[in-house]
Amino acid sequence: MADFSRIFTASTIALALGLSPLTAAADQLVIGLQQEPTSLDPTADATASIDGMMTMNVFEALTTVAENGEVQPNLATSWDVSEDGLTYAFKLAEGVMFHDGTSFDAEDVVFSFDRAMAEESVNPSKDIFKPIESVTAIDPQTVEIKLSRKDAFFLFNMGQGDSAIVAAESADTNNTDPVGTGPFKFENWTRGDRLTLVKNPDHRDAGDVALDKVEFRFISDPSAATAAMMAEELDAFPGFPAPELLAQFEADPRFRVNIGSTEGEVILAMNNAKPPFDNVDVRRAVATAVNREEIIEGAMYGQAVPIGSFYPPHGTAYVDLTGAYPSDTEKAQQMFTDAGIEGTTMTLRVPPFPYATRSAEIIQSQLSTAGIDARVENVEWGFWIDEVYKKKNYDMTIIAHTSPNDMGNFARGPDYFYGYDDAKFNELWGQIETEADPAARDALLKEGQQYLSDQSVHVFLFQLPLLGIFTTGVEGYWSSAPVLYMPLKGVSNAG
Amino acid sequence: MGYFIFRRTVGFLLTLLVVSAVVFAVMNVLPGDPALTILGMDATDDALAALREQLGLNQPVLTRYFLWIWNALQGDFGISHSFRVPVSELIAERLPMTVSLAVAGMLFTLVIALTLGIGAAARHRKAGDWGVMFMSQIGIAVPAFWLSMLLVLLFAVKLRWLPPGGFAGWSDPVAAIRSLILPTIALGVVQSAVLARVTRSSALEVMRQDFVRTARASGLSRRRVLWRHVLPNALVPIVTIVGMQFAALVTGTIVIENVFYLPGLGRLIFQSIANRDLPTVQALVMLFAAIVVTANFVVDLLYVVIDPRLKART
Repeated sequence: MADFSRIFTASTIALALGLSPLTAAADQLVIGLQQEPTSLDPTADATASIDGMMTMNVFEALTTVAENGEVQPNLATSWDVSEDGLTYAFKLAEGVMFHDGTSFDAEDVVFSFDRAMAEESVNPSKDIFKPIESVTAIDPQTVEIKLSRKDAFFLFNMGQGDSAIVAAESADTNNTDPVGTGPFKFENWTRGDRLTLVKNPDHRDAGDVALDKVEFRFISDPSAATAAMMAEELDAFPGFPAPELLAQFEADPRFRVNIGSTEGEVILAMNNAKPPFDNVDVRRAVATAVNREEIIEGAMYGQAVPIGSFYPPHGTAYVDLTGAYPSDTEKAQQMFTDAGIEGTTMTLRVPPFPYATRSAEIIQSQLSTAGIDARVENVEWGFWIDEVYKKKNYDMTIIAHTSPNDMGNFARGPDYFYGYDDAKFNELWGQIETEADPAARDALLKEGQQYLSDQSVHVFLFQLPLLGIFTTGVEGYWSSAPVLYMPLKGVSNAG
Repeated sequence: MGYFIFRRTVGFLLTLLVVSAVVFAVMNVLPGDPALTILGMDATDDALAALREQLGLNQPVLTRYFLWIWNALQGDFGISHSFRVPVSELIAERLPMTVSLAVAGMLFTLVIALTLGIGAAARHRKAGDWGVMFMSQIGIAVPAFWLSMLLVLLFAVKLRWLPPGGFAGWSDPVAAIRSLILPTIALGVVQSAVLARVTRSSALEVMRQDFVRTARASGLSRRRVLWRHVLPNALVPIVTIVGMQFAALVTGTIVIENVFYLPGLGRLIFQSIANRDLPTVQALVMLFAAIVVTANFVVDLLYVVIDPRLKART
């Protein structure tokens, strides 16, 4: 069969093309990301992977947040706060240049804030700028920001991707060609495939940057991500999506697995504005019917820390309230009967994230043994954010709130999708927001956690873990993320 | 013939018009808001309003639709809502990937299927025939994503011969070819299994006819008879299937693109639907529809070329 042999020869040649050895360079890093961004400007798009790649690597802000959550100087090298806590004078770093060669000074800061606060601004976290009354350039190295009210989170918020400092010349094209002041320069982006950054040799901390080149590869499918790691196409997958696939990496000496924490509180949200969840006894009954250990075991393969309120376990103000409603099916059933809703059917609309869809199945079965028929509806993200989040058209849902310091969600009033409006909590949050003393603020945050647990506003399930897989030569990655970014400045790859 | 082409062109344009109306209607009925998808859960109402204004979403649906048609007629398919670049630029970036994969898949399918199909027909009811039939049965039954995973595990993870996925474009042709080998096989196996069966049965039918015996009797070699006389006469059903398969290859790369994380059109349309990126979805669906209609049209033209007897009927 001559034709077969011809095909065979052809395919052999084709395969021989592929036999060139794969080499890994020591000062380079190839990073896998699950979420593919559609633009690259963190001040105009909330996609988390934009912060993951750009913030503190390409773009910088006045401050930055360290792994332990502490606010540190960045483009602002120091600051003075007035007695009343309303005026901040930031001293800016000297000799800083944007990647396109233009110099950075106070005018760029003023421009960036004006742009974020403008009426036509599309900044995804416009709320963090609300307390700002004015931003003034005192001299090229000094900026004064006046607040209309005290804001305990102000310096923290100034260290986010949303408050990145951009130049007037490049602001409009940052979505495809980002120009910042950071330790890495954007090199190129093949949409849907990869994005490359190179070291910025002119950065003030260039001496601390070990990597010359960083490549991000976008791989959404968890099994494809596993194959890419196993084939050593990637050096790191800092936010690995599938806890069920971790065991094979833990058993493999080529890899190091990191299980850290994020700011993502996963909750079983109940529509507090709608019967039966306007009744605190029903909400407490749901909390009693739910067994967190089973959910963590079944949905997260044991890789998550349970929470009893809306605050991350790694935070300084954390109180363990996981024992507030011990799981007890019979008691829950009795509570549902007392509330007169035993046997009711309600919908559980779930967004397409594995943590949510898997938790939903387990919660459905737990509620069903307690006499409540929860109908699980798996919906896609575009549907969820419009129907559930915006239009509040739901009974229950499961979602992770990934922003830091977001207990204020419960003070967003009846228009927010929680449908929770509680004057007592609103007042408490008002105090938290304006309390400048960290110890006093922590005390208030503890009170807040206690109150939300007591009101059983939602069922607080677990803290979303940060699952990372690294080849053994990769060092310096954060093991937990208190913000949405992970700086590559201290990361190295021994190859 | 002129009337035939005119009729088909009108049909083509009408198809595209209907498709565009359906896509527009469906995307507007579907719950979801591109501004919300972009700005996320912390977005304030005024930021959302500003973005909707920027994206032109504040105009009434019908106005937007006719505006879209008007611009599309002039070759302007609008700006993507989520990528914020012209849709034509997005498609131009991704088209080489998807077309390379579809063409490679088609070539793979043709080479494997014709060789195996004709080979099996020549060995009718012998071991070779049974072997091909058995293999093609397996080929049809195997899901493409599962086969893809097996290929990746063997050739990328275990043997390290080929990359497990990704495609960086044709600037490095060797890397591009390496990236395409596994996806091509994964894409082509099912199609070639189907086509091999069609080729075999079509060839068997032709081989029973008198002119084949005459050709053999006049001293032509078996191989020459098979490839020069049997195959051309067996082509009509083969071309019909190939036409359908080409459309399936272009539109059906989405699973393959996902498993091999290739930046192609299939993944783009998936992502755009998720982001409620109407201009991108609209343009892509139109493109796919155009490809399908064109493939059918080419098949119809090919019939006439292959079998001049059909000319009278068109």
